[in-house]
Amino acid sequence: MAGQSPHVGLFVTCLVDLMRPSVGFAAVKLLQAAGCAVTVPAAQTCCGQPAYNSGDDEDARAIARRVIAAFEGFDYVVAPSGSCAGTIKVHYPRLFAGDTDMAKRAEDLARRTHELTSFLNDVLQVTDSKAEYRAKVTYHDTCSGLRELAVKTAPRALLGGVKGVELAESGGAETCCGFGGTFCVKYPDISGHMVDAKADDVIASGADVLLGGDLGCLLNIAGRLKRRGAAVGVRHVAEVLAGMTGGPAIGEGEG
Amino acid sequence: MTTGRETILGNIRKSLNRGPLSAERAAGPEHRLKAAKPNLVPARGAVEGAERVALFIAEAEKVDTTVSRVAAAAEVPGVVAAYLAAHDLPTALKAAPDPALADIPWSRQSTLAVRQGGPEGGDEVGVTGALAGIAETGTLMLVSGPHSPTTLNFLPDTHIAVLTTGAIDGTYEEAWARLRAAGSEGPEGAFMPRTVNLITGPSRTADIEQTLLLGAHGPRRLLIVIIDDQGP
Amino acid sequence: MESTSRTFEDNARKALIDADLRRALTKLGHGFPVKRRMAVERLPEFEGLRDAARAIKEDVLENLDFYLERFEERVVEQGGQVHWCVDAAEANQAVLAICQEAGARTVTKSKSMIGEEIAINEHLEANGITPVETDLGEYIIQLRGEPPSHIIAPAIHLSMDQVTETFRQCHDGLAADRELSEPRDLLEEARAILRQKFLAADVGITGANMLIAETGSVAVVTNEGNADLTMTLPRVHVVIASLEKVVPTLEDATTILRVLARSATGQETSVYTTFASGPRRPGDSDGPEEFHVVLLDNGRGAMLGGDFHDVLRCIRCGACLNHCPVYGTIGGHAYGWVYSGPIGAVLSPGLIGLEEAGHLPNASTLCGKCEEVCPMRIPLPKMLRHWRTRQFDRDLVPPASRAALKGWAFLAKRPALYRAATGLAMRLLGALGRRRGAFRRMPLAGGWTAARDLPAPEGATFMAQWSRRKGARP
Ligand code: SF4
Repeated sequence: MAGQSPHVGLFVTCLVDLMRPSVGFAAVKLLQAAGCAVTVPAAQTCCGQPAYNSGDDEDARAIARRVIAAFEGFDYVVAPSGSCAGTIKVHYPRLFAGDTDMAKRAEDLARRTHELTSFLNDVLQVTDSKAEYRAKVTYHDTCSGLRELAVKTAPRALLGGVKGVELAESGGAETCCGFGGTFCVKYPDISGHMVDAKADDVIASGADVLLGGDLGCLLNIAGRLKRRGAAVGVRHVAEVLAGMTGGPAIGEGEG
Repeated sequence: MTTGRETILGNIRKSLNRGPLSAERAAGPEHRLKAAKPNLVPARGAVEGAERVALFIAEAEKVDTTVSRVAAAAEVPGVVAAYLAAHDLPTALKAAPDPALADIPWSRQSTLAVRQGGPEGGDEVGVTGALAGIAETGTLMLVSGPHSPTTLNFLPDTHIAVLTTGAIDGTYEEAWARLRAAGSEGPEGAFMPRTVNLITGPSRTADIEQTLLLGAHGPRRLLIVIIDDQGP
Repeated sequence: MESTSRTFEDNARKALIDADLRRALTKLGHGFPVKRRMAVERLPEFEGLRDAARAIKEDVLENLDFYLERFEERVVEQGGQVHWCVDAAEANQAVLAICQEAGARTVTKSKSMIGEEIAINEHLEANGITPVETDLGEYIIQLRGEPPSHIIAPAIHLSMDQVTETFRQCHDGLAADRELSEPRDLLEEARAILRQKFLAADVGITGANMLIAETGSVAVVTNEGNADLTMTLPRVHVVIASLEKVVPTLEDATTILRVLARSATGQETSVYTTFASGPRRPGDSDGPEEFHVVLLDNGRGAMLGGDFHDVLRCIRCGACLNHCPVYGTIGGHAYGWVYSGPIGAVLSPGLIGLEEAGHLPNASTLCGKCEEVCPMRIPLPKMLRHWRTRQFDRDLVPPASRAALKGWAFLAKRPALYRAATGLAMRLLGALGRRRGAFRRMPLAGGWTAARDLPAPEGATFMAQWSRRKGARP
């Protein structure tokens, strides 16, 4: 594909940037392995979802404007998160509904934006993987990815290509984990019960590792599993797909 | 003083940014009402003849209706008597003042005491006709009128409905068409009886700990007797 | 009814430690949603029917005035009356006037969410008329003086033992040692008592699932048959319905009915669907002598064409409650008013005020499950966001949250500053958390760490590492 490799702008997402940079590097590795030229625009921070979901449309718009500007010109924009990709793809155009010029640019960005696994599987149709991961895993379908972007089969198809992975579906894979961005801070008791139910479901699946595509949910579930002393590791699916599982799982220490 | 009616219609029109519909704009909804037509109709009910009857029976049985099929009206009393005996039920029946029910030779079954008329306190078994059966969901369509008091469908503990195979429609839409055709002359819309009851199984509730129980306020059991009128 | 939505957080906390409620909610989660899925899988046209149902209601809303006037014409032709009521007070007054005119002492009622919305029972009682709820669940909560906790299963929060206790307390004149240990015993007792009430009532009040413009009919759906006894036995039948309930034709009603029960309880159809058109006719031996439709606006007309337009398509099936992970965790009472779950969180702020119901649109993860299952394809999460925007614009957000948000947004708009601040913080937290990998406690994150550990960041941020790597490479 030399000379015509697609130019991808990586939207790292604030949580990956701050909490688990290794997911960002896994994404870069996967995209490059799939023949993409990857650029990480320095002007990015966050997609603005905290503001948007809190009704602060003005700040959400201001942040969205910056994201739109920072990612102009890429063939594709990819985020290792269904939630952030969903914000860009579904909600940016809504935010600018009254402003034709911005709406056009938002639509244009929305068209080019993809969640990581769906980009690899549905757009690039990546089939082969060199990765190997010997574990029984279960998959949590994160809400925005599943319902805003229909990310359901893509991560499973990709995991199917990883040697050693055994997928044990849980009954509540599509049930919200109770993270909900600011929800878990505003209503910690309710959120705590929800994530506890999620932990029950994960444990019942008998998997050694829970995978998912959104760090917010994964931090939440990992935090609860750890508090319960459950021996289930939690990782972002990109780590497994990229064969970058050397470091500790989410919430696990080095010693 | 403006009436509530004017205020409400005014609010609606204000929100919709318009005045009352012009004759031209009203043509669409007007037509929709006049030429009532089916929307998407599930294929399930698109079956004919024996298959349709079979579907009706299967769907009715799924919701705890008992269905008996007989070859002629003359066999109805026997089936009813057997049903009542099997369930240890009283044999005094109150039948709707429906000419079709009067044609049934009840007296052949000496164990049954059948009276025709409207319901009175204490009727334990009610017998009614039905305008139609709807195979799609095993549903009965009953209409009120001098020959069919609505309360008889609800007050007795046991409801027995007698239906001919020819009255079984595949879908709700067909049953509505049947009702429209059966309706009285008179102003448009006047085909509608005072009450149309669509009944699918005996009364039930799950309001106590989500436990399903039959016989909440209406009948505890429903027997449908289907008389074959389509030949052998 | 008095709202307790302001104390939503406390209500929820109580709900979280109510063992009976927890049991009921677990059962609910394994009940309706599973049955719905099976019903949907059995009907290949289900998604198409959702589209058709939605299209019907959109046509209705666009021509709402027209269809309502047609509906009224037909009702009047058939000898009935329509009472147009702008708000709850007018509707209550209209119902009371009809009851007083009829000299009513007791009225039977079949479940009506509009009745709950306007608090008709309280109004009748205050005027010396005794309303008796006849839906079993509704009857139980009426005896207990509670609001419904679910729009189609009002007593879903109660255990059988609680119902037994209520019946022993409230049903005078029965043997104290009577058997009430099975749901069947309870049902039989209620059935016998309510049968007498049905026969004695002067007026019967029902809600309406739909109003049919073509025929001037009122469609009422139940499984128990209580609405039929309520509307057929007393001398007067009063229907209370909100104006968006109107649909054009019987065929249109049928389309909506096909998605209603399947979405609600997972039944193919409810046991009783009744179309009532006017009072008793010549030759009829039963049926009411008077037929009244009390038509309520209560702010709905004003919602047309606005941010909350779509919610007017709601058919009150309860699917959004049955599938909501938050409702499934706290139940209906925590919401503090008549409507609960996602539909309640959308409706309540409009009906009792955003100040009063401000928590409700926030108490959602916006997971989107409600929209996924809503037969009328109502974008409930989008509506919750509309309320949040209004709250923010009207400065109804708690100052601390607002300050935190504003602080975050300030940084998010300034990448260089953002990088400096976050880079430092993450390196610090990363170092502190490296050994254990997670924090058990964290200042300012007490909510989070009450139930779960806070996974520690890896250390240097992605952006810091990336710019270093890029610098190292040509
Ligand atoms: S919002 Fe949708 S799912 Fe919820 S009650 Fe209304 S129609 Fe049913």
